[in-house]
Parts: sequence; structure tokens; C-alpha cells
Amino acid sequence: MTAGRRDFLQSLPPVHRGWLLGFAHEVTLPAETRIFGEDDVADRFWVVRSGLVALDVHIPGRGPVVVETVADGELLGWSWLFEPYRWHLGARTRSAVEAWEFDAARVRAAMEDSPAAGLALFRTIADQVIGERLRSARTRLLDLYGNDRSRESGVRGAVG
Amino acid sequence: MTVLAPGAAPALPPSPYRVVGRRLETSDTATIELEPVRSGLAPFSPGQFAMVYGFGVGDIPLSVSRIEGDRLTHTIRSVGAVSSRLASLEGGASVGVRGPFGTGWDLTAAMGRDLLIVAGGLGLAPLRPLITAALTAPERYGRVNVLIGARSPGDLLYADEAERWRAADARVLVTVDRPDDTWRGDVGVVTGLLNRAEFDPGATAAFLCGPEVMMRATARDLARRGIAADRTQVSLERTMHCGTGHCGHCQLGPLLLCRDGPVVRWDHAEPLLAVREL
Repeated sequence: MTAGRRDFLQSLPPVHRGWLLGFAHEVTLPAETRIFGEDDVADRFWVVRSGLVALDVHIPGRGPVVVETVADGELLGWSWLFEPYRWHLGARTRSAVEAWEFDAARVRAAMEDSPAAGLALFRTIADQVIGERLRSARTRLLDLYGNDRSRESGVRGAVG
Repeated sequence: MTVLAPGAAPALPPSPYRVVGRRLETSDTATIELEPVRSGLAPFSPGQFAMVYGFGVGDIPLSVSRIEGDRLTHTIRSVGAVSSRLASLEGGASVGVRGPFGTGWDLTAAMGRDLLIVAGGLGLAPLRPLITAALTAPERYGRVNVLIGARSPGDLLYADEAERWRAADARVLVTVDRPDDTWRGDVGVVTGLLNRAEFDPGATAAFLCGPEVMMRATARDLARRGIAADRTQVSLERTMHCGTGHCGHCQLGPLLLCRDGPVVRWDHAEPLLAVREL
């Protein structure tokens, strides 16, 4: 692993990382596999070890539109953590994916039984997944690359 | 007698250059290559810029996107009267050029370190000569990472060149905000690529160019990952007119970015960018 990388599992304290991995099993998913669809029951989640997963929204007349991708070291899915436990987005592999797969109900029950571990997991998800994606979505709402087309007195070739 | 402001360069008349090549990069962006009609200007460094004059319309600052001897290359997005004119010039057309102006990327500070080069949109243009310089002397640096963010696949610059960078052992990662049906790569902000870059934070030099919000977010992310602020360089923009430190349009606090920038270390830039009035 690269030292500068922010890996979901590595961000958990070691004792809680081991606790979470106790619920995991390894899976391999071929490229172009639909992992889940919008509004499906969110009964599992994954930590991607290698490969790329696209998160998508189905738009009538256009089909699935990709809104973000999830790659190595990142958590795939957090709708399993909150009622009604249904996915807000769909997910499909873009390449072959290796991942840790978790049973959501078991992990939720374990979080109730071990509040310290549950809090550590919850905080990591809030910071690295929900927070990061919220910041990313807000940044993209600004349409930075589009707005930068309005000036021509900058040095980047009329701004870039 | 002419009296210059401290550090200001003399305002010289433009030197005549001729367009010798033009390439359409995207729907609104073109690259033009210029050769001097007589003698060339002093050598440019990656990150520096020229004031390029379109006769009859005016001049604008343009960073160099390639440097080959006396030949200057500029990548221009058509956003106004001058840039549209310059971007549409064909071979044989004449322009006036002043420069070189401003500070360039400090590659000597990166010797022996991994390189993280992060570009957003047209920010890849001023970084291209830096990438070329780094890949031309690979023994001087560690791993070379080039992370590129763009609005859409159709807005990506230098796609064929990125393949050459990969072939030269650079790790090139690309993401877009708005994919089309053919895009099979990453989707999201450019900071999302940092997890897959290969670098040792304690021995890495970072070079950022793109929209200011993107550079701010990236520089802060890099700091959280352990890259010291004095090893991150950013290319800043404010409205530039004279290019020589006289007019003050490009002032950012104590800096005149045409003279003290555009490339500034993040430990110097960060406190200035936090002041809204600047």
C-alpha cells in the first residue's frame, strides 16, 4: 500500500479493524457485473480491494448514468447502515473487482453489542464516505471547469 | 527617465512571432505553435507565461504548454475576443509576444522526490512542460504521478500524449465530472484519485494547477496525507494586464502574481487565499 493513501480499513483502529474483518469474506466479481440496483434491499456492503465500481442512477430514456466511481481501499455502500436499508444508487463493476464482502445485518447487530467498535466504524464511515462524497458532490455542483470559461485574463490559456 | 516599481520588469514592445502550427484540442480549445520572425525571446521555463498580442484585438497572458528551443506553444480556450482570435489563427498568421514572465515550477526542489502533478481542466496546459521535463530526466526523481480531472471526456487535453507519459512509466490517472456513455474510467473529483497515486508523503513534491477551489481542496488533502505545505506548489490566477508588475491588477495581498507568481508555494498561498477580500 502507498503510504499517502487513505484506506477505509486502515483508517479504523487496529483492534476494530480486526473486529470488522471478522465478519468479512473475500469475493471476486467479473467486469460488468450488476452488484445492486436502486431501491434493492441493502443487505450487504463491500470494501474494494482492487478494481473499479461505478455508482449509477437510472434515468428513463437514458438508462444508468454514472455519478461516481469507487476504487481500491474504498467502502462500497452505506445505505445498509440506515433504515429503510435500501440502496439509493445502483452499483456495477467496470473491471474485475476483488473485495471484502460483509453481511449488513450481522455487522449492525455487532455494532449494538460492541458500542466502541460500532462508534469507530460509524465515525470512519461518516468521515471517509459520507463526508467525502458530500464534499465531492458540492464541489461538482460548482461546475468549476465550466465556470472557469468566463475569464480570459488568466495565464492558463484563457483560464483552465 | 523611466522609473520602475521594485521588481518590475521593463515593458518591452512585443516581438513578432508567426503561427507555424495549430491543433484543435476540444470543441473550444486549440493549441498554437509560434516561431520568432527574427530572434526569439529569452528562454521560458515550465510554468511561466507570455503576453500574446492578437493584432487589432489586444493581448492576454498565456502560459507555455510546450517549450522547444525558440518555439513557443500555447493552449488557448476561446472565452473572449482575444482568446477566440488567437485560438483561431492558422499557419502563417502573425502575433506579438512579450515575456517570459512570472515564476515557473521549481523542479529543483523536487529532486530525489516522488512527484504528484495534479491538473484540473485547462490547468494541464502549464503542467505539460513540467511533465515533459520530469520524464526526460527520470533519474532525478522518484515515481511520477499525473492526476487529471476534467469536466467531460470531450474536455480532456492531450489524450495521445498521456499514453506516451504512461509508456515513460508515469502513473497517469484520469477522472471526469460528467461521463458520456463511452467513458469507462473514473468519475468524480480529482482528489478521489489520490488514493491510487504512488508516493511517499515524506518525500513527495506536489504541483497543482486548475480552478482555485480544486487546488485548495487538493492542497489540503495532501497536507492531511502528510505532504508539507512548502513542498506543494500551485499556479494562481488573477486578472493580468501588464505582465510586468506595473499595473497591480493581479495583486494578491503582498504578491503581484505576474511577477511573484503565477507559481507560488502553498505555505505562502494558503493564508492569502483564506482572505475573502483578496
